Amino acid sequence: MPVFTIMAGNSLKIAVLSGKGGTGKTLVSVNLAAAAPQAVYIDCDVEEPNGHLFFKPQDVAVKKISVKIPVVDESKCNGCRVCVDFCKFNALAYIGGRLKVFETVCHSCGGCVLFCPEKALAEKDKVIGEIQSGVSETVSVLTGVLNTGESSGIPIIKQLLNAPVGETEIAMIDCPPGSACIVMESIKDADYCILVAEPTLFGVHNFSMVHELVKLFDKPFGAVLNKCLPGNNPAETFCRENEIQILGRIPFAAEIGAINSNARILVREQPKYRDLFAGLLLRVMEEVRRETTAHS
Amino acid sequence: MKIAMPVFNKSLESGIAESFGRTPYFLIYDMEEKTCAFFDNTAIASQGGAGIKAAQAVVDSGAAVVVVPQCGENAANVLKEAGLKMYKTISKSVQENIAAFAEGKLSPLENVHAGFHNHGGK
Ligand code: SF4
Ligand code: SF4
Repeated sequence: MPVFTIMAGNSLKIAVLSGKGGTGKTLVSVNLAAAAPQAVYIDCDVEEPNGHLFFKPQDVAVKKISVKIPVVDESKCNGCRVCVDFCKFNALAYIGGRLKVFETVCHSCGGCVLFCPEKALAEKDKVIGEIQSGVSETVSVLTGVLNTGESSGIPIIKQLLNAPVGETEIAMIDCPPGSACIVMESIKDADYCILVAEPTLFGVHNFSMVHELVKLFDKPFGAVLNKCLPGNNPAETFCRENEIQILGRIPFAAEIGAINSNARILVREQPKYRDLFAGLLLRVMEEVRRETTAHS
Repeated sequence: MKIAMPVFNKSLESGIAESFGRTPYFLIYDMEEKTCAFFDNTAIASQGGAGIKAAQAVVDSGAAVVVVPQCGENAANVLKEAGLKMYKTISKSVQENIAAFAEGKLSPLENVHAGFHNHGGK
Protein backbone atom coordinates (compact mmCIF):
# COMPACT_ATOMS: atom_id res chain seq x y z
CA MET A 1 0.00 0.00 0.00
CA PRO A 2 1.42 3.39 -0.94
CA VAL A 3 2.50 5.80 1.75
CA PHE A 4 0.78 9.13 1.96
CA THR A 5 2.48 12.06 3.50
CA ILE A 6 0.62 15.19 4.29
CA MET A 7 2.52 18.33 5.03
CA ALA A 8 2.76 18.96 8.74
CA GLY A 9 0.07 21.17 10.16
CA ASN A 10 -1.95 20.90 7.00
CA SER A 11 -4.96 18.73 6.67
CA LEU A 12 -5.88 18.29 3.08
CA LYS A 13 -9.32 19.09 1.70
CA ILE A 14 -10.31 17.61 -1.62
CA ALA A 15 -13.62 18.47 -3.25
CA VAL A 16 -15.24 16.08 -5.71
CA LEU A 17 -17.59 17.66 -8.24
CA SER A 18 -19.66 16.73 -11.24
CA GLY A 19 -21.90 18.54 -13.67
CA LYS A 20 -24.95 16.51 -12.80
CA GLY A 21 -26.05 13.67 -10.58
CA GLY A 22 -25.30 10.03 -11.46
CA THR A 23 -21.88 10.76 -12.94
CA GLY A 24 -19.97 8.83 -10.32
CA LYS A 25 -19.16 11.69 -7.96
CA THR A 26 -20.18 9.69 -4.90
CA LEU A 27 -18.44 6.56 -6.21
CA VAL A 28 -15.18 8.49 -6.55
CA SER A 29 -15.35 10.39 -3.26
CA VAL A 30 -16.46 7.38 -1.20
CA ASN A 31 -13.75 5.15 -2.61
CA LEU A 32 -10.99 7.75 -2.34
CA ALA A 33 -11.91 8.27 1.32
CA ALA A 34 -11.92 4.50 1.88
CA ALA A 35 -8.52 4.17 0.19
CA ALA A 36 -6.85 6.71 2.50
CA PRO A 37 -5.28 5.60 5.79
CA GLN A 38 -7.44 8.08 7.70
CA ALA A 39 -10.12 10.20 6.11
CA VAL A 40 -13.15 12.33 6.76
CA TYR A 41 -15.89 11.93 4.19
CA ILE A 42 -18.11 15.02 4.10
CA ASP A 43 -21.36 14.71 2.19
CA CYS A 44 -22.37 18.21 1.10
CA ASP A 45 -24.97 16.93 -1.35
CA VAL A 46 -27.54 17.89 1.28
CA GLU A 47 -30.61 17.43 -0.91
CA GLU A 48 -29.71 13.86 -1.70
CA PRO A 49 -26.90 12.65 0.51
CA ASN A 50 -26.10 9.02 -0.25
CA GLY A 51 -22.49 8.42 0.76
CA HIS A 52 -23.71 7.12 4.13
CA LEU A 53 -25.55 4.33 2.33
CA PHE A 54 -22.13 2.98 1.33
CA PHE A 55 -20.28 3.64 4.56
CA LYS A 56 -23.09 2.51 6.87
CA PRO A 57 -21.48 4.47 9.72
CA GLN A 58 -21.68 3.34 13.35
CA ASP A 59 -22.34 5.37 16.50
CA VAL A 60 -24.15 8.06 14.59
CA ALA A 61 -24.67 11.33 16.42
CA VAL A 62 -27.18 13.86 15.13
CA LYS A 63 -26.92 17.62 15.38
CA LYS A 64 -29.89 19.73 14.31
CA ILE A 65 -29.06 22.78 12.21
CA SER A 66 -31.24 25.82 12.52
CA VAL A 67 -31.40 29.29 11.04
CA LYS A 68 -32.89 32.56 12.28
CA ILE A 69 -36.30 33.47 10.90
CA PRO A 70 -38.17 36.70 11.63
CA VAL A 71 -41.38 36.65 13.64
CA VAL A 72 -43.67 39.64 13.80
CA ASP A 73 -45.28 41.11 16.88
CA GLU A 74 -48.56 42.22 15.35
CA SER A 75 -49.35 44.62 18.18
CA LYS A 76 -46.26 46.66 17.21
CA CYS A 77 -46.40 46.38 13.41
CA ASN A 78 -47.97 49.43 11.75
CA GLY A 79 -47.76 48.15 8.19
CA CYS A 80 -45.07 50.55 6.97
CA ARG A 81 -43.60 47.80 4.77
CA VAL A 82 -40.01 48.85 5.27
CA CYS A 83 -39.22 45.17 5.81
CA VAL A 84 -41.12 44.04 2.70
CA ASP A 85 -39.23 46.50 0.53
CA PHE A 86 -35.93 45.62 2.15
CA CYS A 87 -36.09 41.86 1.72
CA LYS A 88 -34.33 41.14 -1.54
CA PHE A 89 -35.43 37.52 -1.40
CA ASN A 90 -39.09 38.58 -1.27
CA ALA A 91 -39.75 36.42 1.75
CA LEU A 92 -42.16 38.98 3.21
CA ALA A 93 -45.56 40.20 2.06
CA TYR A 94 -48.01 42.56 3.70
CA ILE A 95 -51.51 41.34 2.96
CA GLY A 96 -54.89 41.93 4.50
CA GLY A 97 -53.35 44.14 7.17
CA ARG A 98 -50.85 41.51 8.32
CA LEU A 99 -47.22 40.73 7.67
CA LYS A 100 -46.64 37.26 6.26
CA VAL A 101 -43.25 35.55 6.48
CA PHE A 102 -42.43 32.88 3.89
CA GLU A 103 -40.08 30.83 5.99
CA THR A 104 -38.76 28.58 3.24
CA VAL A 105 -37.92 31.61 1.08
CA CYS A 106 -36.17 33.55 3.87
CA HIS A 107 -32.35 33.47 3.73
CA SER A 108 -31.89 34.54 7.35
CA CYS A 109 -29.98 37.71 6.55
CA GLY A 110 -31.49 39.43 9.58
CA GLY A 111 -31.95 42.70 7.69
CA CYS A 112 -35.67 43.09 8.22
CA VAL A 113 -35.25 42.76 11.99
CA LEU A 114 -32.61 45.50 11.98
CA PHE A 115 -34.54 47.87 9.79
CA CYS A 116 -38.05 47.63 11.22
CA PRO A 117 -38.67 51.14 12.59
CA GLU A 118 -41.23 49.84 15.10
CA LYS A 119 -39.02 47.03 16.45
CA ALA A 120 -41.90 44.72 15.63
CA LEU A 121 -39.67 41.93 14.33
CA ALA A 122 -37.69 39.43 16.36
CA GLU A 123 -35.77 36.29 15.42
CA LYS A 124 -36.63 32.71 16.18
CA ASP A 125 -34.77 29.50 15.44
CA LYS A 126 -36.06 27.23 12.75
CA VAL A 127 -34.59 23.77 12.14
CA ILE A 128 -33.77 23.28 8.44
CA GLY A 129 -31.92 20.00 8.61
CA GLU A 130 -29.21 18.09 10.45
CA ILE A 131 -25.67 16.81 10.41
CA GLN A 132 -25.13 13.13 11.13
CA SER A 133 -21.67 12.01 12.14
CA GLY A 134 -20.46 8.47 12.54
CA VAL A 135 -17.53 6.17 11.88
CA SER A 136 -16.94 3.53 9.23
CA GLU A 137 -13.60 1.73 9.71
CA THR A 138 -10.91 4.33 8.87
CA VAL A 139 -13.38 6.95 7.74
CA SER A 140 -15.29 9.54 9.77
CA VAL A 141 -18.53 10.10 7.93
CA LEU A 142 -20.30 13.46 8.07
CA THR A 143 -23.63 13.76 6.31
CA GLY A 144 -25.57 16.96 5.77
CA VAL A 145 -29.32 16.58 5.38
CA LEU A 146 -31.58 19.41 4.25
CA ASN A 147 -35.27 19.05 5.09
CA THR A 148 -37.46 18.93 2.00
CA GLY A 149 -38.98 22.24 0.97
CA GLU A 150 -36.17 24.34 2.43
CA SER A 151 -34.66 26.77 -0.04
CA SER A 152 -31.01 26.76 0.94
CA GLY A 153 -28.66 24.14 2.31
CA ILE A 154 -25.79 26.62 2.61
CA PRO A 155 -26.04 26.98 6.44
CA ILE A 156 -25.66 23.20 6.71
CA ILE A 157 -22.67 23.14 4.38
CA LYS A 158 -20.98 25.94 6.33
CA GLN A 159 -21.25 23.90 9.52
CA LEU A 160 -20.15 20.70 7.79
CA LEU A 161 -16.99 22.35 6.53
CA ASN A 162 -16.27 23.83 9.95
CA ALA A 163 -15.94 20.36 11.40
CA PRO A 164 -12.37 19.73 12.56
CA VAL A 165 -10.19 17.64 10.28
CA GLY A 166 -7.19 15.98 11.94
CA GLU A 167 -3.66 16.79 10.78
CA THR A 168 -3.08 13.44 9.19
CA GLU A 169 -6.53 13.14 7.75
CA ILE A 170 -7.72 13.73 4.25
CA ALA A 171 -11.12 15.38 3.94
CA MET A 172 -13.09 14.21 0.93
CA ILE A 173 -15.91 16.64 0.15
CA ASP A 174 -18.76 15.15 -1.88
CA CYS A 175 -20.25 18.30 -3.46
CA PRO A 176 -23.81 18.82 -4.70
CA PRO A 177 -24.11 18.22 -8.45
CA GLY A 178 -24.18 21.15 -10.86
CA SER A 179 -22.64 24.59 -10.60
CA ALA A 180 -25.08 26.59 -8.44
CA CYS A 181 -24.08 28.76 -5.48
CA ILE A 182 -24.30 25.83 -3.09
CA VAL A 183 -21.45 24.16 -4.99
CA MET A 184 -19.32 27.29 -4.69
CA GLU A 185 -19.84 27.19 -0.94
CA SER A 186 -18.69 23.57 -0.90
CA ILE A 187 -15.42 24.14 -2.73
CA LYS A 188 -14.48 27.48 -1.13
CA ASP A 189 -11.97 25.96 1.30
CA ALA A 190 -10.87 23.03 -0.81
CA ASP A 191 -7.16 22.61 -1.58
CA TYR A 192 -7.88 20.65 -4.71
CA CYS A 193 -10.89 19.81 -6.88
CA ILE A 194 -11.57 16.56 -8.67
CA LEU A 195 -14.03 16.81 -11.53
CA VAL A 196 -15.78 13.58 -12.41
CA ALA A 197 -16.85 13.22 -16.04
CA GLU A 198 -18.72 10.59 -17.95
CA PRO A 199 -18.09 9.94 -21.61
CA THR A 200 -21.28 11.30 -23.21
CA LEU A 201 -21.78 14.56 -25.08
CA PHE A 202 -24.46 15.64 -22.64
CA GLY A 203 -22.11 14.83 -19.78
CA VAL A 204 -19.40 16.96 -21.38
CA HIS A 205 -21.70 19.97 -21.52
CA ASN A 206 -22.37 19.78 -17.78
CA PHE A 207 -18.73 19.05 -17.15
CA SER A 208 -17.70 22.22 -18.97
CA MET A 209 -19.84 24.28 -16.59
CA VAL A 210 -18.16 22.83 -13.49
CA HIS A 211 -14.85 23.40 -15.23
CA GLU A 212 -15.72 27.10 -15.56
CA LEU A 213 -16.60 27.19 -11.88
CA VAL A 214 -13.31 25.80 -10.59
CA LYS A 215 -11.39 28.10 -12.93
CA LEU A 216 -13.38 31.03 -11.54
CA PHE A 217 -12.35 30.05 -8.02
CA ASP A 218 -8.79 29.58 -9.16
CA LYS A 219 -8.60 26.11 -7.62
CA PRO A 220 -6.11 23.52 -8.76
CA PHE A 221 -8.03 20.66 -10.30
CA GLY A 222 -7.93 17.54 -12.41
CA ALA A 223 -10.41 15.16 -13.97
CA VAL A 224 -11.39 11.57 -13.34
CA LEU A 225 -13.06 9.87 -16.28
CA ASN A 226 -15.75 7.44 -15.22
CA LYS A 227 -17.45 4.66 -17.20
CA CYS A 228 -14.59 4.46 -19.71
CA LEU A 229 -15.00 2.19 -22.71
CA PRO A 230 -12.41 1.56 -25.42
CA GLY A 231 -12.71 4.02 -28.29
CA ASN A 232 -13.82 7.60 -28.62
CA ASN A 233 -14.46 9.44 -25.34
CA PRO A 234 -15.94 12.94 -25.68
CA ALA A 235 -14.93 13.76 -22.09
CA GLU A 236 -11.32 12.85 -22.83
CA THR A 237 -11.35 14.98 -25.97
CA PHE A 238 -12.70 17.91 -23.97
CA CYS A 239 -9.94 17.50 -21.38
CA ARG A 240 -7.23 17.40 -24.04
CA GLU A 241 -8.62 20.45 -25.85
CA ASN A 242 -8.76 22.40 -22.60
CA GLU A 243 -5.50 21.10 -21.18
CA ILE A 244 -7.17 19.53 -18.17
CA GLN A 245 -5.07 16.98 -16.26
CA ILE A 246 -6.56 13.52 -16.41
CA LEU A 247 -5.90 11.98 -13.01
CA GLY A 248 -7.31 8.58 -13.70
CA ARG A 249 -9.87 6.43 -15.45
CA ILE A 250 -12.50 4.13 -14.04
CA PRO A 251 -13.47 1.46 -16.54
CA PHE A 252 -17.04 0.71 -17.48
CA ALA A 253 -17.44 -2.75 -15.97
CA ALA A 254 -20.46 -4.80 -14.99
CA GLU A 255 -18.72 -5.80 -11.76
CA ILE A 256 -18.22 -2.18 -10.68
CA GLY A 257 -21.84 -1.42 -11.45
CA ALA A 258 -22.99 -4.42 -9.44
CA ILE A 259 -20.88 -3.67 -6.36
CA ASN A 260 -21.84 -0.02 -6.49
CA SER A 261 -25.55 -0.59 -6.92
CA ASN A 262 -25.49 -2.91 -3.91
CA ALA A 263 -24.21 0.10 -1.94
CA ARG A 264 -20.87 -1.60 -1.31
CA ILE A 265 -17.48 0.08 -1.46
CA LEU A 266 -15.21 -1.11 -4.27
CA VAL A 267 -12.04 -0.50 -2.29
CA ARG A 268 -13.26 -2.72 0.53
CA GLU A 269 -14.37 -5.50 -1.79
CA GLN A 270 -11.33 -6.25 -3.91
CA PRO A 271 -7.59 -5.50 -3.83
CA LYS A 272 -7.57 -4.46 -7.48
CA TYR A 273 -9.98 -1.63 -6.71
CA ARG A 274 -8.02 -0.66 -3.62
CA ASP A 275 -4.99 -0.35 -5.92
CA LEU A 276 -6.97 1.68 -8.45
CA PHE A 277 -8.21 4.25 -5.91
CA ALA A 278 -5.03 4.30 -3.80
CA GLY A 279 -3.16 5.04 -7.03
CA LEU A 280 -5.62 7.79 -7.86
CA LEU A 281 -5.28 9.29 -4.39
CA LEU A 282 -1.51 9.22 -4.67
CA ARG A 283 -1.73 10.99 -8.01
CA VAL A 284 -3.96 13.66 -6.44
CA MET A 285 -1.51 14.12 -3.55
CA GLU A 286 1.33 14.60 -6.02
CA GLU A 287 -0.67 17.19 -7.87
CA VAL A 288 -1.44 19.05 -4.64
CA ARG A 289 2.22 18.98 -3.64
CA ARG A 290 3.24 20.27 -7.06
CA GLU A 291 0.68 23.08 -6.84
CA THR A 292 1.79 24.03 -3.33
CA THR A 293 5.44 24.20 -4.33
CA ALA A 294 4.60 26.14 -7.48
CA HIS A 295 2.67 28.72 -5.48
CA SER A 296 4.96 29.20 -2.53
CA MET B 1 -64.48 44.53 -10.08
CA LYS B 2 -60.89 44.52 -11.32
CA ILE B 3 -59.16 41.49 -12.78
CA ALA B 4 -55.41 41.05 -13.19
CA MET B 5 -53.52 39.13 -15.89
CA PRO B 6 -49.81 38.64 -16.60
CA VAL B 7 -49.16 40.02 -20.11
CA PHE B 8 -46.25 40.39 -22.54
CA ASN B 9 -47.10 43.92 -23.77
CA LYS B 10 -48.97 46.95 -22.52
CA SER B 11 -51.87 46.32 -24.84
CA LEU B 12 -55.23 44.52 -24.87
CA GLU B 13 -53.95 42.75 -27.99
CA SER B 14 -51.11 41.25 -25.99
CA GLY B 15 -50.69 37.57 -25.28
CA ILE B 16 -50.89 36.21 -21.75
CA ALA B 17 -47.54 35.41 -20.12
CA GLU B 18 -46.94 31.89 -18.81
CA SER B 19 -45.13 32.90 -15.65
CA PHE B 20 -46.90 34.89 -12.96
CA GLY B 21 -43.75 35.94 -11.08
CA ARG B 22 -41.64 36.63 -14.16
CA THR B 23 -44.18 38.29 -16.48
CA PRO B 24 -43.01 41.65 -17.86
CA TYR B 25 -46.32 43.44 -17.14
CA PHE B 26 -49.64 43.06 -15.41
CA LEU B 27 -52.91 44.17 -16.91
CA ILE B 28 -55.56 45.41 -14.50
CA TYR B 29 -58.92 45.41 -16.24
CA ASP B 30 -61.96 47.06 -14.69
CA MET B 31 -65.00 45.00 -15.64
CA GLU B 32 -67.58 47.72 -14.93
CA GLU B 33 -65.74 50.75 -16.31
CA LYS B 34 -64.23 48.70 -19.18
CA THR B 35 -60.93 50.47 -18.64
CA CYS B 36 -57.48 49.02 -18.46
CA ALA B 37 -54.25 49.89 -16.73
CA PHE B 38 -50.82 48.28 -16.94
CA PHE B 39 -47.92 48.18 -14.57
CA ASP B 40 -44.36 46.86 -14.82
CA ASN B 41 -43.65 43.75 -12.85
CA THR B 42 -40.65 44.77 -10.75
CA ALA B 43 -40.35 41.20 -9.46
CA ILE B 44 -39.02 40.09 -12.85
CA ALA B 45 -35.44 40.85 -11.82
CA SER B 46 -35.67 39.25 -8.38
CA GLN B 47 -33.22 36.53 -7.41
CA GLY B 48 -35.92 34.58 -5.68
CA GLY B 49 -39.43 34.93 -4.36
CA ALA B 50 -40.57 36.65 -7.57
CA GLY B 51 -44.04 35.14 -7.20
CA ILE B 52 -44.46 36.63 -3.72
CA LYS B 53 -43.39 40.08 -4.84
CA ALA B 54 -45.56 40.01 -7.95
CA ALA B 55 -48.53 38.80 -5.92
CA GLN B 56 -48.02 41.60 -3.41
CA ALA B 57 -48.13 44.14 -6.27
CA VAL B 58 -51.28 42.58 -7.72
CA VAL B 59 -52.96 42.62 -4.31
CA ASP B 60 -51.97 46.28 -3.89
CA SER B 61 -53.46 47.13 -7.29
CA GLY B 62 -56.89 46.39 -5.87
CA ALA B 63 -57.68 43.50 -8.21
CA ALA B 64 -60.17 40.97 -6.85
CA VAL B 65 -59.46 38.29 -9.42
CA VAL B 66 -56.41 36.94 -11.23
CA VAL B 67 -56.62 35.04 -14.50
CA VAL B 68 -53.48 32.98 -15.11
CA PRO B 69 -52.29 29.87 -16.96
CA GLN B 70 -50.58 28.64 -13.78
CA CYS B 71 -49.30 29.93 -10.49
CA GLY B 72 -46.61 29.05 -7.95
CA GLU B 73 -47.42 27.98 -4.43
CA ASN B 74 -46.06 31.06 -2.65
CA ALA B 75 -47.81 33.51 -4.96
CA ALA B 76 -51.03 31.54 -4.62
CA ASN B 77 -50.74 31.78 -0.82
CA VAL B 78 -50.41 35.55 -0.94
CA LEU B 79 -53.34 35.88 -3.33
CA LYS B 80 -55.56 33.51 -1.37
CA GLU B 81 -54.76 35.14 1.93
CA ALA B 82 -55.67 38.53 0.48
CA GLY B 83 -58.98 37.02 -0.65
CA LEU B 84 -58.35 37.12 -4.41
CA LYS B 85 -59.92 34.48 -6.61
CA MET B 86 -57.78 32.66 -9.16
CA TYR B 87 -59.08 31.45 -12.50
CA LYS B 88 -57.39 29.51 -15.26
CA THR B 89 -56.95 31.06 -18.71
CA ILE B 90 -58.75 29.41 -21.63
CA SER B 91 -56.39 30.76 -24.31
CA LYS B 92 -53.45 33.08 -24.80
CA SER B 93 -55.66 36.01 -25.78
CA VAL B 94 -56.38 38.72 -23.21
CA GLN B 95 -59.68 39.66 -24.81
CA GLU B 96 -60.98 36.12 -25.04
CA ASN B 97 -60.29 35.62 -21.36
CA ILE B 98 -61.98 38.87 -20.37
CA ALA B 99 -65.05 37.87 -22.41
CA ALA B 100 -65.07 34.38 -20.91
CA PHE B 101 -64.77 35.79 -17.39
CA ALA B 102 -67.68 38.19 -18.05
CA GLU B 103 -69.81 35.22 -19.11
CA GLY B 104 -68.76 33.19 -16.08
CA LYS B 105 -67.03 30.61 -18.26
CA LEU B 106 -63.63 30.45 -16.55
CA SER B 107 -62.93 27.66 -14.10
CA PRO B 108 -61.00 28.07 -10.85
CA LEU B 109 -57.23 27.49 -11.07
CA GLU B 110 -56.23 24.16 -9.66
CA ASN B 111 -52.70 23.49 -10.81
CA VAL B 112 -50.68 25.35 -8.24
CA HIS B 113 -47.08 24.15 -8.60
CA ALA B 114 -44.45 23.97 -5.91
CA GLY B 115 -42.40 26.64 -7.63
CA PHE B 116 -38.82 26.70 -8.83
CA HIS B 117 -36.99 27.99 -5.82
CA ASN B 118 -33.52 26.93 -6.81
CA HIS B 119 -32.06 30.33 -7.37
CA GLY B 120 -29.01 30.09 -9.60
CA GLY B 121 -30.27 27.00 -11.37
CA LYS B 122 -28.84 23.54 -11.21
S1 SF4 C 1 -41.00 47.14 9.02
FE1 SF4 C 1 -41.84 46.56 11.02
S2 SF4 C 1 -43.61 47.87 11.28
FE2 SF4 C 1 -43.06 48.01 9.13
S3 SF4 C 1 -44.34 46.43 8.16
FE3 SF4 C 1 -42.38 45.45 8.66
S4 SF4 C 1 -42.73 44.58 10.67
FE4 SF4 C 1 -44.36 46.02 10.35
S1 SF4 D 1 -34.20 37.75 7.43
FE1 SF4 D 1 -33.55 38.63 5.47
S2 SF4 D 1 -34.27 37.10 3.99
FE2 SF4 D 1 -35.38 36.68 5.87
S3 SF4 D 1 -37.27 37.85 5.70
FE3 SF4 D 1 -35.81 39.16 6.77
S4 SF4 D 1 -34.89 40.41 5.16
FE4 SF4 D 1 -35.88 38.66 4.16
